Amino acid sequence: MRITQGTFSFLPDLTDEEITKQIQYALDNGWPCSVEFTDDPHPRNTYWEMWGLPMFDLTDAAGVLAEVNECRKAKPEHYIRLNAYNANYGKQTVALSFIVQRPSEEPGFRVERQEWHDRAIRYTLHPYAADKPHGQRYQQNGQQ
Amino acid sequence: MADTDVNGSKKKKADRWSAGVIPYAEMGYWLPDYEPKDTDILAAFRVTPQPGVPPEEAGAAVAGESSTATWTVVWTDRLTNYDTYQAKCYKVEPVPNSDNQYIAYIAYHIDLFEEGSIANMTSSIIGNVFGFKALKALRLEDMRIPLHYVKTFQGPAHGIIMEREYLDKFGRPLLGATTKPKLGLSARNYGRVVYEALRGGLDFTKDDENINSQPFMRWRDRYLYTMEAVNRAAAATGEVKGHYLNVTAATMEDMYERAEFAKELGSVIIMIDLTIGYTAIQSMAKWARANGLILHLHRAGYATYARQKNHGVNFRVLAKWMRLAGVDHIHSGTVVGKLEGDPNAISGYYDTLRLGKLKANPVKGLFFDQDWGSMPGVMPVASGGIHAGQMHDLLHYLGEDVVLQFGGGTIGHPMGIAAGATANRVALEAMIKARNEGRDYRKEGDDILKAAAKKSRELDIALSTWGDITFNYESTDVPDVVETPTSV
Repeated sequence: MRITQGTFSFLPDLTDEEITKQIQYALDNGWPCSVEFTDDPHPRNTYWEMWGLPMFDLTDAAGVLAEVNECRKAKPEHYIRLNAYNANYGKQTVALSFIVQRPSEEPGFRVERQEWHDRAIRYTLHPYAADKPHGQRYQQNGQQ
Repeated sequence: MADTDVNGSKKKKADRWSAGVIPYAEMGYWLPDYEPKDTDILAAFRVTPQPGVPPEEAGAAVAGESSTATWTVVWTDRLTNYDTYQAKCYKVEPVPNSDNQYIAYIAYHIDLFEEGSIANMTSSIIGNVFGFKALKALRLEDMRIPLHYVKTFQGPAHGIIMEREYLDKFGRPLLGATTKPKLGLSARNYGRVVYEALRGGLDFTKDDENINSQPFMRWRDRYLYTMEAVNRAAAATGEVKGHYLNVTAATMEDMYERAEFAKELGSVIIMIDLTIGYTAIQSMAKWARANGLILHLHRAGYATYARQKNHGVNFRVLAKWMRLAGVDHIHSGTVVGKLEGDPNAISGYYDTLRLGKLKANPVKGLFFDQDWGSMPGVMPVASGGIHAGQMHDLLHYLGEDVVLQFGGGTIGHPMGIAAGATANRVALEAMIKARNEGRDYRKEGDDILKAAAKKSRELDIALSTWGDITFNYESTDVPDVVETPTSV
């Protein structure tokens, strides 16, 4: 399966050139970028690991892309996303967030159903990847 | 404060209190030299007086009948500080290009209204006065709610920002669809439509306004099957998904029961219809904030009083009331779809719902500045006769903080519901990407869609099915002031 979180998951994976244009759009709006990665793609996993702090003072798109590539090198089998943050009064939230790397295989989720009262069912979403301990998910050729 | 007559000259005090009937304008309801206070609630009414009624008297009558006055002089007024409580018509302007219409501006003292009560405010402002015989027709065009009064309302249960963070969806409009056919599906079949649409790429599906709990599908059965569908779709995509479970019912007790069950099943959102009434809406907004569910409002019935230009209540006023009342979503027009909507007027509605501070703008039909303070914005919903082929126009007119609802445009796709959903999502993401890249997406819209369709058969089929469908009818409700056309 293909996880469709993020702004552009229904398009073919963005090339570095296309990613740079999105970074430029964010920087032109005054939105600092940040890079995050995870091996737990549960939709309620809000806090992906931060690849360093948000790049508040970095105004060069190539510099942001370089961080994306550093993160890719260190975490070749993780999900990586690029966020742009709007700190303006009245917003103070994420303005754009899209996936820039996926693991080579995405096993997806299992729905667990707990039969409850009066035909009601309690649902739990279980990422298959989370069956393995943190750090051992999505391993490929011995890499994390 | 001196009482003045129609011509602005002072009247002798004794006349004001003589028993009998005297013109409203002479009782202090017409005060052309009045300077509205920052704390006043202001209203702009479109007034069509009966023949022989001067516009100032008509405006004064509206001020009188929507505040302290009755048809004759009463001595008990003199037991009060009446010039505080009397509403004041302070300006009357003829409407451009009309024979007998005037905009009457009226100021109300903040003490006239109970804190945090839409019911109370509307009972005054659109109460008796709309049936008043001296007026042929009357329309409430806009209101300025002072920040002092705004602060007495809860406002949106969550608001746009909290909703996006809760759903983990940023940088693009949200996508939805109303389950069709709107009536007659069994609960099991209904859930099928929900599952297909959500797994195909929509963020939300929706009960229609008239889906409550009918013989062909009772509410509890619908909730059970729908939540199965929502959770299956979340597993298929790894995204947060939602279905607006309509909790509209005959009584508050029924609505609370349904809302509680929706919460118990883990739904992220519920919905209500405008027909339940202002007080019920405020109650559900309070419930929604306390229980963490997004509150969607379907404006069922609004066009009965909002559409005609000379009589009723303009939707921009209703939009203000609903932001105060505390809904998170409200249907607000599409510009390009099958339902009523002038682009400038709709832009004014969207600004009213989403911005923190607005400047008066006659082109958009906004009569007053409006300061919302820190009250969250409401997510407008565009629904009715829209399809993927219009994506560039939708983004241009409606912006990013909006739910685009493609009902027929999802479910009617020749390859099936999921394909219809995918087509819409691909079109949307392609358009956002192009916009961010700095392309003139509105001009190049067709090319952008065609390029995206080369990599998406679903979008390709959608464009060949609906690509050239448009609904070009003139709007009945347009702002009076037209932008001076500028040559390109």
